[in-house]
Amino acid sequence: MLFLRGAERLPVFFEYTLENMKQLLTAIAFFGLFQLGAQELPSTMLKTLDGQSINIQDAISDEGPTVISFWATWCKPCIKELTAFMDYAIDLEEEVGAKVLAVSIDDSRNSARVAPMVQGQGWEYTVLLDENQDLKRNLGIVNVPFTLVLNKKGEVVWKHSGYSPGDEEELAEVVEEVAAGHHPSH
Amino acid sequence: MKRLLLFAWAICSATASFAQEQNTFGGQLHGNFQLDGQLYLRDESIDPTGEFYPDERFLGQGYANFVYTDGNFSSGLRYENYQNVMLGFPEGYRGEGIAYRYLQFKQDGLDITVGNFYEQFGTGMVFRSYEERGLGYDNAMDGVRIKVNPISGLSLKAVMGRQRFYFEKSPGLLRGIDAEYNLSKELFPKLDSAGLRWTVGGSYISKYQRANDPFLVLPENVAAGGVRTQVSKGPWAMQVEYAYKANDPSADNGYIYKDGNGILANVSYSKNGLGIIAGVKRIDNMSFRTDRNGSTIDMLVNYLSPTAQVHTYALPALYQYATQINGEEGIQLEANYKFKRNTTLGGKYGTLLSVNYSVVQSIDKDYVDPALDTLRTLQGYYSDPMMRGDIPYFHDFNVTLSKKINKKLKVNAMYLNLFYNRSVLEDGLGDESILLNPDGQKLMSGDIFILESLYKVKRKHYLRTEFQHLSTKDDRGSMAMALAEYSIAPHWFFSVQDIYNYGNPDEAQRLHYPLASVVYTAGTSRFQLSYGRQQRGIFCVGGVCRVVPPSNGVSFSLTTSF
Repeated sequence: MLFLRGAERLPVFFEYTLENMKQLLTAIAFFGLFQLGAQELPSTMLKTLDGQSINIQDAISDEGPTVISFWATWCKPCIKELTAFMDYAIDLEEEVGAKVLAVSIDDSRNSARVAPMVQGQGWEYTVLLDENQDLKRNLGIVNVPFTLVLNKKGEVVWKHSGYSPGDEEELAEVVEEVAAGHHPSH
Repeated sequence: MKRLLLFAWAICSATASFAQEQNTFGGQLHGNFQLDGQLYLRDESIDPTGEFYPDERFLGQGYANFVYTDGNFSSGLRYENYQNVMLGFPEGYRGEGIAYRYLQFKQDGLDITVGNFYEQFGTGMVFRSYEERGLGYDNAMDGVRIKVNPISGLSLKAVMGRQRFYFEKSPGLLRGIDAEYNLSKELFPKLDSAGLRWTVGGSYISKYQRANDPFLVLPENVAAGGVRTQVSKGPWAMQVEYAYKANDPSADNGYIYKDGNGILANVSYSKNGLGIIAGVKRIDNMSFRTDRNGSTIDMLVNYLSPTAQVHTYALPALYQYATQINGEEGIQLEANYKFKRNTTLGGKYGTLLSVNYSVVQSIDKDYVDPALDTLRTLQGYYSDPMMRGDIPYFHDFNVTLSKKINKKLKVNAMYLNLFYNRSVLEDGLGDESILLNPDGQKLMSGDIFILESLYKVKRKHYLRTEFQHLSTKDDRGSMAMALAEYSIAPHWFFSVQDIYNYGNPDEAQRLHYPLASVVYTAGTSRFQLSYGRQQRGIFCVGGVCRVVPPSNGVSFSLTTSF
């Protein structure tokens, strides 16, 4: 298509592309200046199911590992993951003091459906709402489900995107390793 | 280039000054990357004339997001490219560039963002700027946002700016404020001791777009406002939101001077394995864009959420509901119940039952004779909120049972009864033209059965299967579908599926739609390769939909985040 429009268009096109490449490289170079250390959670405000504001940094546990699972009421793999992990979560909470936060990214209309769904599924997780998807965006998450594991210092030590059956077994192993003070090997 | 350098300099200096305070560069950098592409193959059975076969043969698009946060400072950008935009996405996405960048800092109790941002007031009935990348929807604001919490429980937001319109900006400006007050324990101890949580809110937004119409005197400033409340006590919760919009002649409403309004209310009960939610909604003439001539998903200021369930199974997803912004009314009931372990219905592991019912129809419209309506006061129609509309748009009744049979097997069964008005939801016909010729409506009703099972082969090896059947005499007729997925946690995933449209009224269209995929996941990176044939359909997120043309080919998708 482009080539049919006459040769005089070409230089303009390439100049445009080059200009944008330069923009991109400059931007990446600036970001590259920052050293990547152990990742912690960026300070971001979420809501509890009864409408109170809470900072994610205050919601995580400092006594044991924290699992943060991003989900939505319309996301079937998310619901499968949270349901499948429930069997493990009860034991992990008792045995290694793990805390599980289920962060819903539903918009504020759908967030009214969160509490009925949590009850109806019989989940016993702490549920938080990220209605404007600020935390999802700050953590660079593309899609839900997305799972993070933090150690008791609050450092992100494991991340996983998507859910396939069996991933909950992997996640339970990771939580046990983190509780034992190891860095997960996966 | 100059603008970007300025931006980069701002990041650098802002970070440096924050860094001095904290004496470290210990911020957090997060980001993500996604790349999708498809090689299209010519397939004469799904596309006889080749109208959906792209000239480019191969289309690809992608983006990368970077977000840097350090204490009270945050900045980010997104680079996007479309070479060229994939079939079914809005064609306005062409070329490449930095489509999103912002700086945000918190100082003296103020939270200030300059550049692009996403924000919403309440449920978004008067204002919501958001992105849904899978849909190609992005109406990010470019301007200034200020948030402040002057006293405990009170949050104020002010926004100003223009909306994104692909790689350009909307012609109109937006200015808005929002206040939300959570009646705090300190000031209202009685509420707290009664176990009551109460939030109230209100918002106001105004758009400005120059008008220069030879025939119409168009309002250049259009205001909209809303009030809302949320109350909860124990297992009960209630939300109500009402919105009003001043007269705003637009391409959507046929340039009438009628004002608009909308109401949305929910009541829910959640306790001990039971969750119930009932909602009602009514929208009248609530199309609101920063360009009065805009259409499809371009430059929408507000968000009118659907009161219908979102389906992810393939056959129900062919007939998804899309919100009708010019007017609709509906109700939704949803109940989830978990039968406890060791009861008759619960069995050894418990059984989950979900029931959902939603119905949407037109609102009452009494059209004014155009001969009696002058240009300045063109009302269009009168609507009585107490009257029901005559045109059914959609209904969906479904029941799902989920049960773990034994250590190795889980089963899901679903029955769904569906009604879908294709004239409204696919062709976008207005109520007036349907009422003139009600027999010309294209309607679709059908029943869907789905049986899904998950079998644990051995540790970390799972087989998932789906059987779906749609029986209908309308539209494309009946279809059957089978799917098998094998996953080996944590890395591999294989899937094959086939949809057979055996009941198509056109015998030449009784086709198979096979699709095979392989997915490899490593941590936060995911690579997917698929090959197969795709039906025409509608892809929706949150009641906003786009039409997906039929295609055949090899597609890949790579996503990663850090």
